[in-house]
Parts: sequence; structure tokens; C-alpha cells
Amino acid sequence: MGLEITTTRLEDAANWGRKFSLFTYPFVTACCGMEFMSVAAPKYDIARFGAEFPRFSPRQSDLLMVVGTITERQGPVLKRVYDQMAEPKWVIAFGVCASTGGFYQNYSAMPGADQVIPVDVYIPGCPPRPEQVLDALMLLMKKVQEGRGHSQVRHKREQLVREGG
Amino acid sequence: MAEIKKLVLGRREAADLDEEQELPTELMTVNMGPSHPAMHGTVRIVLTVDGERVVESDVQPGYLHRCFEKESEHATYTQIFPYTDRLNYISPMINNVGYAMAVEKLLGVADRVPLRAQYIRVIVSEISRITDHLTCVGASAMELGAFTPFLYFLKFREWLFELLEELSGARLTYSYVRIGGVAHDLTPDFHERLTDLLARGEEVLVEVEAMLNNNRIFRDRMEGVGPFSAEDAIAFGMTGPCLRACGVDYDIRKDYPYLVYDRLEFDVPVGTTGDCFDRYLVRIEEIKQSMRMLRQALRDIPAGPIILDDPRVALPPKKETYNTIEAMIRHFKHIVDGIRVAPGEAYSFVEGGNGELGFFVVSDGTGRPWKCYCRSPSFINTQTVSRTISGHLISDIVPIFGMINMIGGECDK
Amino acid sequence: MARRVLDALTARFGDAIQSTSSDYGDEVAVVRRDKLVEVARFLRDDPAMAFNLPCYCTCIDYLGLEVLTVRPTSPLAVPSVPARPVDDRPRFAMVYELRSLVHKHRIRIKVPLDENDLVVPSLSELWPAFNWLEREVYDMYGVAFEGHPDLRRIYMYEEFIGHPLRKDYPKERRQPLVRREWTDE
Repeated sequence: MGLEITTTRLEDAANWGRKFSLFTYPFVTACCGMEFMSVAAPKYDIARFGAEFPRFSPRQSDLLMVVGTITERQGPVLKRVYDQMAEPKWVIAFGVCASTGGFYQNYSAMPGADQVIPVDVYIPGCPPRPEQVLDALMLLMKKVQEGRGHSQVRHKREQLVREGG
Repeated sequence: MAEIKKLVLGRREAADLDEEQELPTELMTVNMGPSHPAMHGTVRIVLTVDGERVVESDVQPGYLHRCFEKESEHATYTQIFPYTDRLNYISPMINNVGYAMAVEKLLGVADRVPLRAQYIRVIVSEISRITDHLTCVGASAMELGAFTPFLYFLKFREWLFELLEELSGARLTYSYVRIGGVAHDLTPDFHERLTDLLARGEEVLVEVEAMLNNNRIFRDRMEGVGPFSAEDAIAFGMTGPCLRACGVDYDIRKDYPYLVYDRLEFDVPVGTTGDCFDRYLVRIEEIKQSMRMLRQALRDIPAGPIILDDPRVALPPKKETYNTIEAMIRHFKHIVDGIRVAPGEAYSFVEGGNGELGFFVVSDGTGRPWKCYCRSPSFINTQTVSRTISGHLISDIVPIFGMINMIGGECDK
Repeated sequence: MARRVLDALTARFGDAIQSTSSDYGDEVAVVRRDKLVEVARFLRDDPAMAFNLPCYCTCIDYLGLEVLTVRPTSPLAVPSVPARPVDDRPRFAMVYELRSLVHKHRIRIKVPLDENDLVVPSLSELWPAFNWLEREVYDMYGVAFEGHPDLRRIYMYEEFIGHPLRKDYPKERRQPLVRREWTDE
């Protein structure tokens, strides 16, 4: 990435706290929503990872899970929801429709949510198995701890620009 | 004292209170946007409200338009099965079966599908219907604040998903049915597992009914909310549990029996007023009737082939494909060109989780359809929402919308 | 089963019914556009017809349809006679399907439409279900409905140009509303 990330002990501790208390905003559109419900259900419990409480307002959440196909019509809505979230924020593209468009390559389905917002972790699968989702959550937690999420890097860069220039 | 009583109890008293005060009020436009926890999937409702009361509304679907028809014009008949899975994604087998029946009607082989395949199709359709109703009732109850029935139903649904995963390989979007039959046979322990599961599922249903049926809060929020008359429902094209809750006894499995439904005994629950509580009761009763049908089907299913033995329609058995050149060429032509269907148009319909699910297929003689239109019950039922919610409070929109069971994939195709 | 419906229609409306057929167990009547509302009203109000449940309405675009007239006898046979494309037929056809819960029959009505004159009278006063269904056909095919209370797009957004389900609209032509600016990260 060309940007050295040096973190302090305080930031490490803060990231540790952040990764184990992710408040999700499930932006559910389509079939992957059913698997999201299954992940939150007792068998594949996402509560073990501290991420069980969906906050249905972008202002109160820090993990935007884009669950399901994003259409062109939904693009401005998604962008608006992402912009309303406070930093630091992370995005998981849940399912292959949110990652690349899946097998919907047509005039209405956007080829991935990353056409509109920066995505940190992509989960392939149509729909992905709940174990894949939990694995992705663990990958994201690693990213959060190391400070490599898009919004964290952006914040770091702006900080360096302010201090250096 | 009398004033306090008026303020606290019931909605009729609140309406009187509004008129008494004669405050100058303006109508306000509120947006229940496409990303909303109570809008199952994505639908936008632009409400014009007078205080808390909805005056008029504009329901705007289409935020999940994934171009099922356009994609199916570019895919072979067998490649369309995954697209049909994702139409009503909580009862995918029913969509598969409906589409397969439409193409078989055009091919003229509808009555030659093997009996075992027909029984298997009925079994998986009814399991899908159970998952549909479980998700609908569970999610609606959760939105009204009852989180426990949702988790109990999700537990039951998880067992069904595991069973169907052993059968077809996928948890949610199976693509299990093929033109002329089904893709794989039932697993060896399917009968015992399903019987055991049905017994456990009945216990779950008993628990949830005990929690919800006589629950004061649940009944207050659902009873009397969103009543719909039978004539209006028919004129709006409503079908399925919502129409049956209005008092009209129309079930495609009884009136136009297809597959082996004429050999199964079951009752069709019919409601009276069409309000949300009736729809809830109809759905719960349908789960029980589906379980009854599953037991009978498991008892009566014969042995035999699971796909039609017609080279125009079915892939050859793998042993032949790997060993004879003719079978390999046949396999190749099926995959690359698709099943050649004679030119024509046909419409075939099944009872989906939300109503009459039909597929209108126009073929031109090649292996890809010229047009494949899906008559989606959610789209037509959602049209009634605008009429139903006018005059109700904003918080009544949640049970009304939940009980319509609008599935985004089916509504927006 | 619904043959008597077709017979009653031809008896009453004469040559406004251009043809009838009963392939694959579906009764179809091809109706001329100017008599569509009368035929529909008759089908709804006449007690012997009583088509009270509207099923669906859609449109077929026949642009470039080459129907293979030779039915292949085995999957290995390649059709040797490709049919000529039918150019003189009207490009579009509206398809309505109605059902009667009273008499348990159903009927499909087709209305051929020419590409330069893509207007049809709306059936939404007769059955309110056709409100959204006709909006969908307008959105996807561009057929204008006279007398429709609220004709606007339903699936696509307002800024979309064109009618996507027509055969000359390529599947992958996107008209994005928003895209993000690409940065290095």
C-alpha cells in the first residue's frame, strides 16, 4: 500500500475493543438475507463474536454488511447510508452479488457494491454458508486489529498529511 | 378520569380525540425508505401522514430488479433453474417445480414424468412451503417485538435446511428440479430423518402457538388491522394465504390439482375478515396441513426412476456418458444447446407460498426460451398494501406489510 | 374446458376476434385492439363468463423471431430447414390472462400491436390489479396505456432511458446512477 502503518499501544487497545464489539447495519436486500438470519440464529451464533446486535440506523453502527444484490437504483441509497456512518467504519460485501454482481450481469444489477463504496472483506457464495460468514468476520477482525480497514487507512493518511504538510 | 381513560385505551377513542381538538394540521410526507428493517428486502413507501394516521401512500417496488426475464432469454432451459431459485428465495423448490412444469407442458411430457419424481417434487415443495411460512410468521413476530418465536422458528427452519442440503447440495438455493424429473434421488435415510423432524417441528409449533395465539399484545396489534373484503381481494388479483384469509376458498392444489396432490388428503384453511391475525392463523394452519401431506407422501412414495427416460429431455446416465460416444455427444448437445422445445406458448401455475405462481413460457424451437415471464404473487399482493394501510397508524404498517409476505426477489423479479 | 367461452366470444364479437386456439390446454383468443375493453367488460360481467380474478398481463416482442418449423426427431438432428423470419407480423402482442373462480375456467387474450402505434386502452378500471401490471409493461416494453391513472416506471428508475425488455436493448447496457471515484487504495 506504500503507507507505513505505525500504531501506538493506545490504538492497539482501541482496535481490540472495536473488533470485538462491531455493531452491524445489515443492509439486506435479497436471498443472502436469509443466510444472514441463519448466521444470527442460535446454531451459527454470531453473538460469540460480539457482533450480534444489529443497529438499524447507520448513525449508530460501524459495520455495514451489504447483504444481497445491489441494483443501480439502490446505488444512491447505499452511498447515502455509507456516508451517514461515523468513522471508523468497515464494509463487508456479503455474497457474490454484492462482491461482483454474481450471475446477474445485466442492465439493472450493479457489478458489486464496491462500485459505490469501498469494501473491506468480500464473501463469495450464493448464498455463502454461515461458516464462511464467520470466517470473513474473523478476517475483518484481524484487519480491524491491524488498522488496515479502508476508513482506518484513510484516517491515518489524512493525519499524516496534516502533520507533515 | 374519563379523559385519561380515553387517552389510554383503544384506537377508536384516539380518533375521537383528534376530531375534538380541531388543531390546524398539515399533511406530512414521510419516507419508509428502501433500507428499512421492517421492509422485508427493499421496498420504498412514501407516506402522506396526518399525525400518525396514514392518508395516502405510494408503494415503490423495484429496488431489487434483477432482470429474471432478460437473463432467461439468454440462458438454456436448464440454466434458468438457478434464476428461478432466487425468485421466492424462502421457498425455492416451489419456483423450480413451477418452472419445470411450464416447460414440460410445452414439451408435451407433463403426464409422463415418473411417479416417484412427482412425489419427490411434492415432498420438497411442501417442505419449502413450511420454510416460507416459518420465515414469514417469524419475521413478522420479531418486528412486533416477539423475538423468541423468531428464534424458535429459525431453529426449525435450520433443521429443514440441513435435510435439503443433504438432498441437493445447497442450503438455500437448491436448483434441484430438472425438466422431466429431479436431479438426484432421495438420500437413504431421508424418510426417518424427515419423520423425526416433523415430530420435533410439531413441538416447536405448539410452543410458538402457546406464545402468540392468546398473547394480548400480539392480538391487539394484529386483530382488526388491515381487513380486506373478498370482492376487493379478487379484483386485485390476490391469491394464496392472503386471499384465503379473506374468506375465499381458492387453492390451486385443490381446484386445479397438479403432480400428485389429488392423491393426498388435506384441508384448506379459510379465514373470515382478511385482517393480519387471520392471515397469521391461516399460515400456521397451512404449516400443519403441509406436515400432514408430507407424512402421507412419505408413506405412499413408490420406487422407480426419478427423471423421464427420454433422450430429448434428460441427460444420459453418467456410466454411458463416460463410455459411449453417442451418450457423450448427447450430453454435450444438452449442455451447450439446451433442450429443444417445440415452438409455442404455455402458461402453467402452481400454488406458491404467497399465491398463484405461474410461468408463461414462449419458445421458438431452440434451446433457449424466447420469453419466460413469471407471474409473481408477491408483486400482485403488494399492490394492495397502499389500499390497506390508508386510515391506519404508521405502526400498523409493520404487521400489514409483514403478513403480506412481500419477497423482494419475487416482487421485483 | 373453456371452449364455450371462445365460442361465445366469436358469436358475440364476430371479426373483432381475429383467431382462437387451444394449444397445450390453454384457450387463447386474439382480439383486435379497439374492441379490447368491450370484450373484457363482457368477460367480467356476463354471468356465464364471470372472469373475476385477473391473472397477469405481459407483452411479447417478436422482433427477429425465426421459428424453427422442423421438429427435431432426436437431439442429434440439426433442423435442416431454417424458417424465414416473419417480417409482416406486428412486432408486439399484449397478453392478458383472466380466471373465473365461479366457473373455474381461464382464458388468455392476445392483442397484436404495431411498433409505430404502441397504445392500448387500459383495463385498470375493470380490475384494479392491472394498475401495477400495466405499469410494468410500460416500463419494460414502452407500451402506453390510455386511461391509466398513474403511468410511470415501476422497476427502473426515472432517469433510465429506453425500455429494457425489448429485443433490441442489449442485456448488459448499464446506465449507472452513481459510481465512486477510484483512488489508489
